[in-house]
Amino acid sequence: MNREHPLVSWLHGMVSVLLPVVLALAVGAILLLALGKDPLAYYGYVVKRGLLSPTGLEASLTRTAPLLLIAAGLIVAFRSGLWNLGVDGQLLLAAVVTAALAPELASGLPSVMVVAVCFAVAMAVGAAWSLIPALLKAQFGVNEIISTLMMSFLGVSLANVLIKIPFNDPQTTVPQTATLAVEDRLSRLADTTIHWGVLLALAVVVAVHHAMTMTALGMRLQIVGANMKTAVHAGLRLRLLVVVAFAISAGLAGLAGAVDVLGVHGTIRADWNPAYGIVVIPLVFLARFNGYAVIAFVFVFAVLVIGGESAARRLDVPTYFVLVLVGLVMLFLAVTEFLDHRRRLTAKD
Amino acid sequence: MDGLLSEVFIASLFFGAVTAGVPLLLAGLGEQVSEKAGVLNIGLEGMMLAGAFAGFAAAYATDSFLAGFCAGILAGMAVALIMAVLCVVLGMNQIVVGIAITLGAEGVTALLHHVLYSRSYPRLSRVETWTIPGLADIPYIGPALFDRNALIYLAFALTFFMIWVFRRTQAGLNLQAAGDAPAALDAAGVSVTVTRFVSVLLTGCLGGLGGAYMATVGGGLFLPFMTGGAGFIAIVLAMLARGNPLWILFGAFLFGASLALTTALQVVGVNIPTDVIQMLPFAMVIVVLLLFARHSYLPPALGLPYQRGTR
Repeated sequence: MNREHPLVSWLHGMVSVLLPVVLALAVGAILLLALGKDPLAYYGYVVKRGLLSPTGLEASLTRTAPLLLIAAGLIVAFRSGLWNLGVDGQLLLAAVVTAALAPELASGLPSVMVVAVCFAVAMAVGAAWSLIPALLKAQFGVNEIISTLMMSFLGVSLANVLIKIPFNDPQTTVPQTATLAVEDRLSRLADTTIHWGVLLALAVVVAVHHAMTMTALGMRLQIVGANMKTAVHAGLRLRLLVVVAFAISAGLAGLAGAVDVLGVHGTIRADWNPAYGIVVIPLVFLARFNGYAVIAFVFVFAVLVIGGESAARRLDVPTYFVLVLVGLVMLFLAVTEFLDHRRRLTAKD
Repeated sequence: MDGLLSEVFIASLFFGAVTAGVPLLLAGLGEQVSEKAGVLNIGLEGMMLAGAFAGFAAAYATDSFLAGFCAGILAGMAVALIMAVLCVVLGMNQIVVGIAITLGAEGVTALLHHVLYSRSYPRLSRVETWTIPGLADIPYIGPALFDRNALIYLAFALTFFMIWVFRRTQAGLNLQAAGDAPAALDAAGVSVTVTRFVSVLLTGCLGGLGGAYMATVGGGLFLPFMTGGAGFIAIVLAMLARGNPLWILFGAFLFGASLALTTALQVVGVNIPTDVIQMLPFAMVIVVLLLFARHSYLPPALGLPYQRGTR
């Protein structure tokens, strides 16, 4: 088989990534027309408010922090062949524990220590919430899609119970945790509203990308992902690796929750569930588990969400529309993947 | 705590268990069909939501529950058709497509709800029931089981019909073979693709009907994301049932009861935050998985696309 010219293969990569996005936007436009909205006005407004206005751009960049950390965790899980679909529960529980812990710690500790302790605890909480699915998978081969989803639903409800009963701030009428003072939150970058969690998240994605391809643990996990039986034959400790991969993945989801609380919200109200996890999954797939591509897609998605929130108020297109777009991107991604696969098979013959 | 043993508590728990259990039963039976045939249908939640919206819209427009059920079936099958074409015919990743379908259905139904109903929040009129004389007067269980909408009787009957299909018919054997040994089915001259295609459509049909039930008989209104994970619970039921519809029936009402517990407790004046009760069904799945995980059985070819001539 002839190897493709590097430029051709690069172009081919770009097309196979951009095509699903373009097709999804096109079908989305038809849907907008059907709803009696002007698609060009909608997309134009989204770009204007999510990317081109300074406050919008700052909001978009801030939003990338939790999404990137989730994505980093998913890269680890997916490259290890494990479907961690329980991100939302892992994130929310860690976020609630952080929100309850931070104001307590802030009264006695310097803020560097507060952040360090909160990050460590959040990662531990996230990782702990993945332990049951990890053990079920490692010990009995139970399908982790189902067990992580169930733990996620359970975690979201448990988080609400925690907010309403033990962690409730008695001084507020709506159930919520005590509020962290603004000066104790993650510090801002220069004169912007962007906190340094964004830089941390970027560094984590890059680190995970290289750790998976260049370190011994990363290679072991990728072997588990490629073929579990091969991993056993190669003498790898499969059960331990499954638990470790889950713990890293869920721990990063927990960190995402802590960064969002310490950087942006400072408190959590009952029934708050951003449901970041389920939308990051398609983005990680679209990026073919590549960390650098993930950064690009997460940024585009953040612009879409922030712009979409403004457009919802202005043009009366609810934010659910963004959900439809993500679903469409994933469908078209699957189709492009399939066509690509068939093209390669024919090329081989 | 005397109230917990009173007739009013037990009767309301039974009633709620049946109301909440029937959609799980219908969707679980549907999922069982496609899992047997080797397709892990993660899009079930999306099919139920599509069925719920279409079922409510049709029942509201025509003032007929029957029209609602039919619309729910059609909507569920329409969503299942996407899954069948992409996963069975083209052999694409069942999990990726399943998540996409669920996300898309969540978005589309919420969007349509926003456009059509978000200002008026319409409700359906009272549920028509078929009262079975005599049996309906049995204390505790009479009102829950024998004074209900016709669809509930149908769901029970369907469980036993499926047992008959799986054990006694050629179609049942073909389904099993498509999941256990697709190459053998192919060699016997039956198309694996057609068998799986039909099984996915059947899942959509039953999932859609389950969703339509939730929005008509169950609640009488449609809300965005109203299935709230019922589709995923149904998938778990199908996984743990090891191919036996009776276990789905049993599991569906066990979960139905835990969903109904909040209301039943409020009836007798015990107040527990809804969040605690909402954790029950999911906690129960985890406990069941921990206890019975080693006994769960899934067909060897589950989740794998079939390509003739490959091994």
